[in-house]
Amino acid sequence: MVPIEIRDVSLIYDTPGGKVPGVKDVTLNISASEFVCIVGPSGCGKSTLLNIVAGFLSPAAGEIRIGGKKVDGHGMDRGVVFQDFAQLFPWRTALGNVAFGLEMKGVPKDERERIAHEQLRLVKLEKFTASYPHHLSGGMQQRVAIARALAYNPAVLLMDEPFAALDALTRDDMQRLLADVWRETRKTVIYVTHNVSEAVYLADRVIVMTPHPGTVKAEIRIPLPRPRDPLSVEFLDFQKELLRHLGHGASASEPTKANGKTTA
Amino acid sequence: MTESGQHRRSLVRGTLALLVAAAAYEAMARSGYFAPALLPTLPAIGRTLFASLADGSMIEHAAFTLYRVMFGFALSVVVGLPLGILMARFQHVGNFFLPLVSALMPIPSFALVPLFMLWFGIGNLTTILIVFYAATFPMIFNTWSGVRSVNPIWLRAAGAMGASEHRLFWKVIIPGASPFIITGMRQAFLRAWIAVVGAEMIAASDWGLGWVIFDAKEFLNTDTMLASLIVIGITGFAFERFVFGSIERATVMRWGMMRAAKG
Ligand SMILES: Nc1ncnc2c1ncn2[C@@H]1O[C@H](COP(=O)(O)OP(=O)(O)OP(=O)(O)O)[C@@H](O)[C@H]1O
Ligand SMILES: [Mg+2]
Repeated sequence: MVPIEIRDVSLIYDTPGGKVPGVKDVTLNISASEFVCIVGPSGCGKSTLLNIVAGFLSPAAGEIRIGGKKVDGHGMDRGVVFQDFAQLFPWRTALGNVAFGLEMKGVPKDERERIAHEQLRLVKLEKFTASYPHHLSGGMQQRVAIARALAYNPAVLLMDEPFAALDALTRDDMQRLLADVWRETRKTVIYVTHNVSEAVYLADRVIVMTPHPGTVKAEIRIPLPRPRDPLSVEFLDFQKELLRHLGHGASASEPTKANGKTTA
Repeated sequence: MTESGQHRRSLVRGTLALLVAAAAYEAMARSGYFAPALLPTLPAIGRTLFASLADGSMIEHAAFTLYRVMFGFALSVVVGLPLGILMARFQHVGNFFLPLVSALMPIPSFALVPLFMLWFGIGNLTTILIVFYAATFPMIFNTWSGVRSVNPIWLRAAGAMGASEHRLFWKVIIPGASPFIITGMRQAFLRAWIAVVGAEMIAASDWGLGWVIFDAKEFLNTDTMLASLIVIGITGFAFERFVFGSIERATVMRWGMMRAAKG
């Protein structure tokens, strides 16, 4: 697996209403096989940063290196999972969706279907290979999206709030599943979330960002053994620490918002 | 299953509507207010229809009409589909063609028949070109809208998975725009079907349903005219329903990109 270096990355959006800072001077070194979560209030530039790493946006300044190689546009060394369920191709079955990347790579049909089957088994959807996305629940669709991003075996997995639109129970299941998948595949992961408990559950390290302009405010290492118990004292302590970072320095409405999330 | 139940109910409703319309017509025809030569009874029309089907003449006329429609329609797809896609994908292609398309579209194809006759003579070429003219614009417009409404997240996802521009085109943009493309084909076919009859009346010689109607006028054969109208209606309906209906069911409805109306 490969490390990711993000060095002094800045991006400013040019909108009709003027210039909007996306991210400013973000520097971040992620080791190979590390699971990093980025948290921060809405609009602080999490998605912007992820899209830069994915290669969908090019930074105005700074650079990204993945495995030592400078990022220039998107590439198959990175798998991307978006928040939107609509990311799956409705005209392809679950299997067809998962096989897409391999098809683009020119992998023969038998081989790519075998791999796609395997990936769907990994996300516990082996019974739904022939289903079209509109017959799958939101959580199942997101699992297909994860399998699709893993299928062509990228070294890096980039995820932008993939479970944000799910109900709390499904989300718990998904987090457990993702933790298992990560343990098996050992990809380098950048995972964006609003949810503090999700970050503590999944991450080796949590990056806290603040808005206007989007910068890295704090980094918190989570050395807890896995699988983690969200009700343990240590877990809750980390959660509190994160909330403190989020509350402090954000706009006045943010602490209540962040607190509201975790009490639920 | 409820779906087949619904299907049956809509079938019953449709048949009922047709029967009521037929009964109203028959009552009018037999009321004595109109000359029977102008308003033949249904059995008379039926006899003419049956006779013309039995001797094969009606089938031959219908085949000619269908040939012109399919040829013109196919041409409209071959031209309209790529043009619509290019207009949506490339700003300057769009800027160039959009005013042209917008200016040409409102011209009724029927109004072009005399002109096309002078240019291309009487016969298949003129009728096919008229059909083509009528069918191309809905094809272009729907494809154009369809491509622009392709969800950008699909393009991003496909790009991230290494899709080349060529693959993106065939594997994402075309299927992504398919609900609009199929709607475009349906509209194009209907327009083609409407246009062909008008074109045949003037610009066809000896063959085609439109020509049959126009020719029958000379001899006051209203039964032949009405029999042809029935064939025109049924063939157009059957195509629209069964051919395009099944394409739709096999693709966009199966994929959940388009749903059947409720109730
Ligand atoms: N396409 C865009 N055009 C202009 N401004 C944008 C665009 N995308 C984001 N921004 C601005 O950049 C800033 C960061 O946005 P970004 O989407 O990265 O935030 P985020 O942290 O992902 O928020 P959320 O948690 O709500 O998803 C915001 O102020 C936003 O208004
Ligand atoms: Mg975001």
